[in-house]
Amino acid sequence: MKALCWNGKNDVRVEDVPEPKILNPRDAIVKITTTAICGSDLHLYDGYIPTMEKGDILGHEPMGEVVEVGSEVTNLKPGDRVVVPFTISCGNCFFCQKELWSLCDNSNPKASIAEKLYGYSPAGLFGYSHMTGGYAGGQAEYLRVPFADVGPLKIPEELPDEKVLFLSDIFPTGYMAAENCSIEGGDTVAVWGCGPVGQFAIKSAWMLGAGRVIAIDEVPERLQMARDEGKAETLDFDDEDIFDKLKEMTGGRGPDRCIDAVGLEAHGATIDALYDRAKAALFMATDRPHALRQAIHACRKGGTVSVPGVYGGFLDKFPFGAAFNKGLTLKMGQTHMRRYMQPLLDRIQRGEIDPSFVITHRMTLADAPAGYETFKHKKDNCIKIVLKP
Amino acid sequence: MAESMRLAGEAAGLVSPAEETEGGNKVQSAEQSTGGHPVNVSEMERWASSIGGGALAVYGISRLLTNRSLGGAVLALVGGALVYRGASGHCEMYHALGIDTAAGSDNPNVSVRGGRGFKVEKSVTINKSPAELYSFWRNFENLPRFMNHLESVQVTGDNRSHWVAKAPAGSTVAWDAEIYNEKENELIAWRSLEGADVDNAGSVRFESDPNGRGTIVRVTLKYDPPGGTLGKLVAKLFGEAPDQQVEEDLRRFKQLMEAGETPTTEGQPSGRSATAGK
Repeated sequence: MKALCWNGKNDVRVEDVPEPKILNPRDAIVKITTTAICGSDLHLYDGYIPTMEKGDILGHEPMGEVVEVGSEVTNLKPGDRVVVPFTISCGNCFFCQKELWSLCDNSNPKASIAEKLYGYSPAGLFGYSHMTGGYAGGQAEYLRVPFADVGPLKIPEELPDEKVLFLSDIFPTGYMAAENCSIEGGDTVAVWGCGPVGQFAIKSAWMLGAGRVIAIDEVPERLQMARDEGKAETLDFDDEDIFDKLKEMTGGRGPDRCIDAVGLEAHGATIDALYDRAKAALFMATDRPHALRQAIHACRKGGTVSVPGVYGGFLDKFPFGAAFNKGLTLKMGQTHMRRYMQPLLDRIQRGEIDPSFVITHRMTLADAPAGYETFKHKKDNCIKIVLKP
Repeated sequence: MAESMRLAGEAAGLVSPAEETEGGNKVQSAEQSTGGHPVNVSEMERWASSIGGGALAVYGISRLLTNRSLGGAVLALVGGALVYRGASGHCEMYHALGIDTAAGSDNPNVSVRGGRGFKVEKSVTINKSPAELYSFWRNFENLPRFMNHLESVQVTGDNRSHWVAKAPAGSTVAWDAEIYNEKENELIAWRSLEGADVDNAGSVRFESDPNGRGTIVRVTLKYDPPGGTLGKLVAKLFGEAPDQQVEEDLRRFKQLMEAGETPTTEGQPSGRSATAGK
């Protein structure tokens, strides 16, 4: 089959690889009908996530048709249409039973790697380095889904792929980011990053009772989308001093809830952003937390900073004193997918949201390498690429 | 750093095992125990406990002072417990597991004798009842399903079994073992019999978490490889990190019991595999 393989920094190729097989009784094989490139795939493309190996198949936003199930999978059958969440969960451990699905104890076959870095291992993920299992990803014609009786969500016939595809990651991720804010009626929510996760965080903040949403980015079409689709006020960090502007806009108090939907590769025009780039380039730090610093600095006293943006390693000049002395609540982590997939599917079915609004590009899997370049450099007003195998 | 090392040395010196044994032979019997607890920790380990424990305690306290860290408090407590173990020669954990590493001990209830070899202790919490875990483990023929270095275990009698372990270059080592102590749903302890390629013993304890969060499984294994070529083979068999190996075994046990299978990526496609697609 064709699959998109990582071959090193800025080097992904569509290659012929063997088709996946059932390896465990709780596996299923899904024939991919639509998949996507995620902003977090760019962290792999840019070489920021350790423990990648040449030949790894990328992709963690897949959906398709079940073609084969293992002997222990009784809730799915060939022909079922499913969205596959990017986190892999056993369903039976302490963490799964507390609905902390992305912290599953049993789904990472290479847990010892993550334990060295993090103390304890999070769940296995599709196509996202060997630290989280080294599972082959979904930018391919077929995908092997472990613990398939737990993760995949069945999709009714009448809903087209593009309306439900983002239940695989970015819609639940944006939603959990807003939920983690513990929004109280009338709160002002500021969102750093107007990529796809930021866009869904904006929409979700409204769903959860925000009184005002302010979106921050520098890319004109992304700010435009936040205004048009997200009904947010927008700030361009190239033009404005974000802290001063947010303070002024909130009558001197600061936003109640702040969301960092940027993550470890933040760009910025401030001194600390340049410092981060230099330091990361010299391998003295691994992540560039400029957006997170700004969010912590700007957040009102007693507010919440929620982090859906991905971080992998060590942060430098992290303003912990500001977080402590302002009594902030910090919430973060990979999305507990199963908590959100069904309720958000219900919202889609009720017509409350059509997640396909973020799609700007449609390509074949064969064109995916060009897609990575387009997405990385935000060429051609690219916000979200979906792929058809 | 140098300062804390020096402090650690002093801390260890304060509780030197030598003071405990001054003017006499090694403390061995229950009568000579400290505060009614029999000595069941070997001298070498007592030194290691004292020094390591002192270092941990000092490190933990210094972290507490500089960072107010909870981790520091834990280190200080663990360190303190190890210093006690070193000073008294008594370890509650060993006592609970029926282990005695004090040299020359002839305690009849002991599975792992003191002296040589290496010993690994690991624990894991599993979201199943003690009874379920006990009955799976009690059938020793299940052990190779999660202990990767075992090729097979065959039950040969009531409490007897024959074990075959993988050794490098396709060879194997084998031994017969007996269960010499068990308590239903709580404890299984086994040891190899005379004539084993590798003298070894192990025990596993199943304790309900007091807060109802599953079962804490504590395993102790001791291997005493013989000298010569076979000894080297066995040492190689366990690699440079027997700790890690036992930890992985226990992880697989947990996966098998909780998830019904052990997760794997072996056999999945990648750009590294030979092109066999269409």
